Parts: sequence; C-alpha cells; structure tokens
Amino acid sequence: MKFIRSLAIGIGLIFIAPGAAKAAQTNVAVAANFTEAAKEIAAAFRQKTGHEAVLSFGASGQFYTQITQGAPFQVFLSADDSRPKKLVEDGLAVPGSRFTYAIGKLVLWSKSPGVVNGEETLKAASFAKLSICNPAAAPYGAAAVEAMKALKLYEALQPKLVEGATITQAYQFVETGNAEVGFVALSQLTGSDAGSRWVVPQDLYNPIRQDAVLLKSGAGNDAASAFIGFLHGPEARAIIEKYGYVLDGQS
Amino acid sequence: MDVWSAEISQAVTLTLALAAVTTATLLVIGTPLAWWLARSRGWWTEIVASVVALPLVLPPTVLGFYLLVLLGPDGPGGRIASLWGGRTLAFTFEGLVIGSVVYSMPFVVQPIRNAFTAMGERPLEVAATLRASPWHAFWTIAVPLARSGLLTGAVLGFAHTVGEFGLVLMIGGNIPGRTKVLSVAIFDYVEASRWREASLLAGGMVIFAFAVILTMTLIDRRSARAAS
Repeated sequence: MKFIRSLAIGIGLIFIAPGAAKAAQTNVAVAANFTEAAKEIAAAFRQKTGHEAVLSFGASGQFYTQITQGAPFQVFLSADDSRPKKLVEDGLAVPGSRFTYAIGKLVLWSKSPGVVNGEETLKAASFAKLSICNPAAAPYGAAAVEAMKALKLYEALQPKLVEGATITQAYQFVETGNAEVGFVALSQLTGSDAGSRWVVPQDLYNPIRQDAVLLKSGAGNDAASAFIGFLHGPEARAIIEKYGYVLDGQS
Repeated sequence: MDVWSAEISQAVTLTLALAAVTTATLLVIGTPLAWWLARSRGWWTEIVASVVALPLVLPPTVLGFYLLVLLGPDGPGGRIASLWGGRTLAFTFEGLVIGSVVYSMPFVVQPIRNAFTAMGERPLEVAATLRASPWHAFWTIAVPLARSGLLTGAVLGFAHTVGEFGLVLMIGGNIPGRTKVLSVAIFDYVEASRWREASLLAGGMVIFAFAVILTMTLIDRRSARAAS
C-alpha cells in the first residue's frame, strides 16, 4: 500500500513539475557534425531560459525524410540549406524562420601525425582507405566529393572511398584506424591537436551553409521558438565559433 | 523497368553472394558444433550453446562495435589482412562474411542441434552393432535423418544474412559491389529521398521473406508427415 501511495505521488509529481516550473521542452533534430556544439548550446539554453532542448543526432537526409513523415521534432538544425528550404516549400516549416546558423569547414584528417600535409596527401594517395560520409544524405560528404573533383582526383580516389552513414561514422572509421585518412568536419576535431589535418580551402567546395528552421509542429511551442531565438544570440554564436564554424556574413 | 539500375543488380548479386558464402561456411562449422552440442553431456555444453545464441539477444551495434575494433589494424583482423598486404578486414567482403557468420550462427546451429537431439542415440547404436565406423555412421545415418534440420538451418541462415543491416552498416563502409548490400542500399535510397528505388527493393524483400517463411512451414509439415 505504502508503495502504491508513493508511486501515485511520484506520478502526480511528473505531471505537476513542468507546469510549476513554467519550463517547456522541445525536440531538436541536429545534423551529426553539430553534435558537440549543440550539446553545449542546449546546456547554456537551459541555464538561461529553463527550457529544455532534447537533442537527436543524425544525417540531415535522414531527418528530412523523417520530418516529411511526421517525426516529432519542432526544430531542425540541418547541415545544409537545401533541406530546410524544401521543408518550407513543403509547408512543413515556418516561413521566415530559416537562417544560417553556421558555415561548416571540411577537414582532411588522420589519427597519425605527419600523414596529412595538404592536397599532396590526396595526390600521393599512399593510403588504403579514405573515409567520407554518404554524399547523397550528408552535406559534408557532398562537399568532400566536390573538393576531390575540383582537384581532379575523384576518379583516382574513388576505389579507396569508404562511406559512413553520418559524419560521425566517417570520423569513427578514422578513429578506429580502419581508414588512415578521412574527410570530417572541423568541429569534430575541436579541443584536440592529435594527428594531422588539412583544412580544405574554401574555393574547392561550395560553402556548407547550415540552416536552422522552426518546424510547423513547433510553431506554438515556447521552447522551440526560444531555442531558435537563442541560436541567433551572442552566447550561442560564441559557442558556434569556438567549434570552428564561420558565422554567416563574416567569412 | 527504368527504376532498375546497375547499382541495384550489383547490390542484389552481392547480397546473394554474401548469404551463400555465409550459409556454406556456417554449415561446415555449424554442423559439427551442433553435433557436439546435441551429444555432449558436460556441464559446459550449455555455456557454449549460450555463447552461440548470444547474437539472438545482442543488438547488432554491439557486434558492429566489437568487430570494427577486432577487424581493424590494431586487432586480429588487421594481422590477418596484413598477410595479403591489407590493413583491415573492415570494408571487405571477407569482413562481412566473418560478421555474418557470427551473426547468423544461432539460426543455423539451433535447428541442426534440435534435429540431432530428436534422432536420439538409437540409430547410431544400431549402426555400431552393424560395425559401421562412427564417421561412416555420421554421414550415412545421422546426416540423412537430420536433413530437415539441416535444410531449415540453411534456409534460416541464408535469409537472416540477407536481412542483416546494422552490422553491415557499421563495418561495411557502403562500397558498391563489395559491401553495399540490399538492406544498406534501401537505407541509402530512403535517406536520399529516392523512394521509387526504395519501394522496389523493399517490396522485393517482403516477397523474399514471405517465400522463406512459407518454405520453412512446408519443410516442417513434410518432415512431420514423414515422421508419422
């Protein structure tokens, strides 16, 4: 009996607590490359507003498909600008809410020092495997392919490519040593100087404009619109820059 | 049919090849293992049986994670690969075979073990009194008597390998013709919003799965009738 009573009180508290704190919750779909920055932003957001942003990480293409099928996200932080644009066109996102929260940087990376030293590494191709993420579903993969094509090395390197479903997996293939080198996001290498890297020059690929958008299902959600607002603000921008992204209008 | 492409036929061929090689390997390894499991009386028998059955319960991500490390340059897989100048067994057809053998093992071993157990000691005792060698008796008595179990194991092992996804996604690297199997191709098409291709392949998988289950049921019915 005692157990049932405390259980009932516990369940009651679950329903009362959020209302009492006046805090709301929102589900945010986050492109995998933005994982670490998003976690830090969500923590700062919570501290400032009391709202909670529940983050899900994945490939932008995967999220786009899920959102068109009614996935319960209120905010989408994509790794590109075309999918958020399409969601606005599809009537699934709030027009006017779309903006570029970060511009991503592509890096060629190896876990070992001295392996990567510029485009010569790609030309010499003295590695067995080069990991990228799926170019059809993940913008960093598409950017990697563009860069290799711009260097006229794509044909030569293609047999050595291995694909991860997300940029996280492309990173993991290098991290576990299964691929010697890989194209990853600069944000993934923040906080560590280990290995060797080459930040791919911007003129070799189209800027990875990462757009955020408020989804229709989040239009009435305080936490969702507050999160979009917070992303525009100075605290979030400082975190975004810290992770190696360029902010819109200052490249 | 304009949806059909070289990419798709490549994925189909690769998937069938992977399933065939995996099934053949599993029959070679699994049959003696099932035989031993069916006849051993040691206390450790069920421990071995439980280890074999682990993939039934473990999420593919657990196997995928371990295999990614074990097949890699710092694990035993890397040492094996270095025999022919490779660095890692991940991203190779051989690596997928190793993964699939582990992953589909219980689906092959379990039905064969059951068939050997159901057969009992009697037929082999009779064979022994007729002075058949154990080896001879195994091939002429045990295997034919357990054929429905062997068939069930082969069909299930094949089908389960065709249906494998998470493990291949984690250790495959999505290389067309080498590690991009059907399930991964479907995932890719869905992610890239190419739903025509996705639905063609997904529909094909449904028909294949249905055919497998129907076949299994018919094998069961036939062997039940043969027994009675």
